[in-house]
Amino acid sequence: MRGPEIHDRQQQPVNKEEREVAKRFITSTLAVVVALAAMITLLISSTAAEAHDIKVGAIIAETGPAAFLGKPEAKTLQMLTDQINAAGGINGDKIELILKDSGGKKENAVSFAKQLIEEDKVFAILGPSRSGSTMAIKNIMEESKTILISCASTKKIVDPVAKHVFKTPQNDSLAVRMIFMEMQKKGISKIAVVVGGTGFGKMGNMFLNELAPEYGITVLENETYSPKATDLSAVVAKLMANKEIQAVVNWSIVPAQVILAKNMRQAGWDVPLFLSHGFGNIKYVQTGGAALEGVLFPAGRLLIADSLPADHPQKEVLVTYKNDYESKFNEPVSTFGGHAYDALMILVNAIKAVGGKQDTAMVVDAIENMTFVGTGGVFKFSPEDHSGLKIDAFEMMTVKDGKFAKAM
Amino acid sequence: MTIELFLQYLFAGITYGSLYAIVAIGFNIIYNTTGIINFAQGEFVMLGGMIAVTLINFVPLPIAIFLAVILTMIIGALIEMIFIRWLESPSVLRMIIITIGLSIIIREVALHVWDESVRSLPYFVGNEISSVTILGTNISPQVLWVVGVCSLMVVALSLFFKFTSLGREMRACAANRRAAILCGINAKNMVTLSFVLSAGIGALAGCVMSPITYTQYDMGPGLAIKGFTVAILGGLGNSFAAVAAGLLLGIIEAFSISVVPLAFQDAIAITILLIILFIRPHGLFGSSEAAGLKEF
Repeated sequence: MRGPEIHDRQQQPVNKEEREVAKRFITSTLAVVVALAAMITLLISSTAAEAHDIKVGAIIAETGPAAFLGKPEAKTLQMLTDQINAAGGINGDKIELILKDSGGKKENAVSFAKQLIEEDKVFAILGPSRSGSTMAIKNIMEESKTILISCASTKKIVDPVAKHVFKTPQNDSLAVRMIFMEMQKKGISKIAVVVGGTGFGKMGNMFLNELAPEYGITVLENETYSPKATDLSAVVAKLMANKEIQAVVNWSIVPAQVILAKNMRQAGWDVPLFLSHGFGNIKYVQTGGAALEGVLFPAGRLLIADSLPADHPQKEVLVTYKNDYESKFNEPVSTFGGHAYDALMILVNAIKAVGGKQDTAMVVDAIENMTFVGTGGVFKFSPEDHSGLKIDAFEMMTVKDGKFAKAM
Repeated sequence: MTIELFLQYLFAGITYGSLYAIVAIGFNIIYNTTGIINFAQGEFVMLGGMIAVTLINFVPLPIAIFLAVILTMIIGALIEMIFIRWLESPSVLRMIIITIGLSIIIREVALHVWDESVRSLPYFVGNEISSVTILGTNISPQVLWVVGVCSLMVVALSLFFKFTSLGREMRACAANRRAAILCGINAKNMVTLSFVLSAGIGALAGCVMSPITYTQYDMGPGLAIKGFTVAILGGLGNSFAAVAAGLLLGIIEAFSISVVPLAFQDAIAITILLIILFIRPHGLFGSSEAAGLKEF
């Protein structure tokens, strides 16, 4: 009998308190609901606005040993995205560029590719800058059916063809042929091949050895140097001792390629030195100075844009890109930035061609049927050719008075 | 092998060796005072080169190098005061790990200050293709600069450690810190001084080798590993031994190229380091008795 009494007595204040609590609860719930509703509407409206924005991922080696490639690529992508968006985007849709710095490492490229595909749900990925990194993610792209337009050079990226994988730089095998053709002209038949210890170097080495017999050329010596090499005079001594060597091919993208050139000239060895298209950054010429005068290397026409005849099909695109880049960043343009330019423009043109639809199958189809005048050459893609460039995309270049020039 | 080729390999080896030795000397100074290995030594080399390359836009080369050395010394002093000086009797292991951390921090800061490009000082004499002919073999004049600066440093340092009271006080701290303190030596100041000295030497090394190797924000660890190998090979703490061991390693590496592919060059250095650690842990020129007295 005592229990309920106590209970009764306590009920009044409890009730009052409860009512207070309830009141507060209702108001706070209302506030939360209102806030939530506001947020949801905001979210909906913002996603509605962004729904058509085209998310483009980019995996670029902005730092690390391939930074000479990656830095101009990243700058170019940023500049071009801003230009396209300022001009109203693609059929009214803005490009949202998600730039990842791989540091030039394969592992990073792999994890960024997964992150971009799974978390950011990008429509396509541009890059990676390096051949090794691109090969590492080729299958990931193919399995997830996401478009990749690589800025790396090796032919292996598009051979065998993967439906969703394209690339913009000229095939390394074409660069090799270009060099061998030049050697034939000069009557060179016995050479030494020295490559940088990177994916680019390894692939180049393979093609150099594979294609040499076709041109009647014998590779007498074959060496690989560390990308971190500080001096290469010992290997120069070794090669120099072989008096039969008529020319050296130095195939690399890392700064150490300049050290080899320097050590050769210091040793007083003046055989022709051929470099790869991985040399197309004027900063290499600046670091190497006099040692690089007269070297020969195949490259796209971007480096000599100004001296092209006015009726050359690439003239306009090259000069426009060169002037835009150089006036914005106050540094000389490089072929690597050009590869990124081509990659983004190919994607943009393909999306435009299908009426702005973000439909992977349709866009792949559009690229495969595209003819595009880019910085690297005139691209003619097909379902069998995901590189699109022929050997005429190259020009034999040299260094004259610290500047790139067309080789005579 | 012809005499000419032999000499070419020898000179290439001297080039490598002098680069290794000049880095190794920096390790020895801090080791002589504190008994620790400063794994940020390679970063001092990088900082010296980078600062000089930046300054050369404003002042002539000798002044740029001088200022780079002074600035790196100040950085060395600051690093010691901020991260090491206030520690109460830190263990050797703890200090070594601190230096590893420091090397990572300095590298990242350098990346943000100077970006990732490769830079270099101009050749002190001549340019990229000029060479001096010695015994019919060509060698870059810059190599002679490195060898010269390296020898000067070694002589100056050994005089400093043997004959000045400051140098003796620094050595006393390494031999027995407590006894040194009881004798009235300010051990903390000596440690700071050793960081200043080795930062200065590292920076000078970074300047003279910059035209040969180029300077990049992440050049430190590679140099530090080679310098460390050489310091161990010679016997820690002995600058003369470091130079001898540096030249020895450089020459071995150069000649190895005549038999094995260039790609294995670094593997040879590491193999030698391992062999030395197994059979002569006190180094080629060190005494095992003296090494037994040291903590590390």
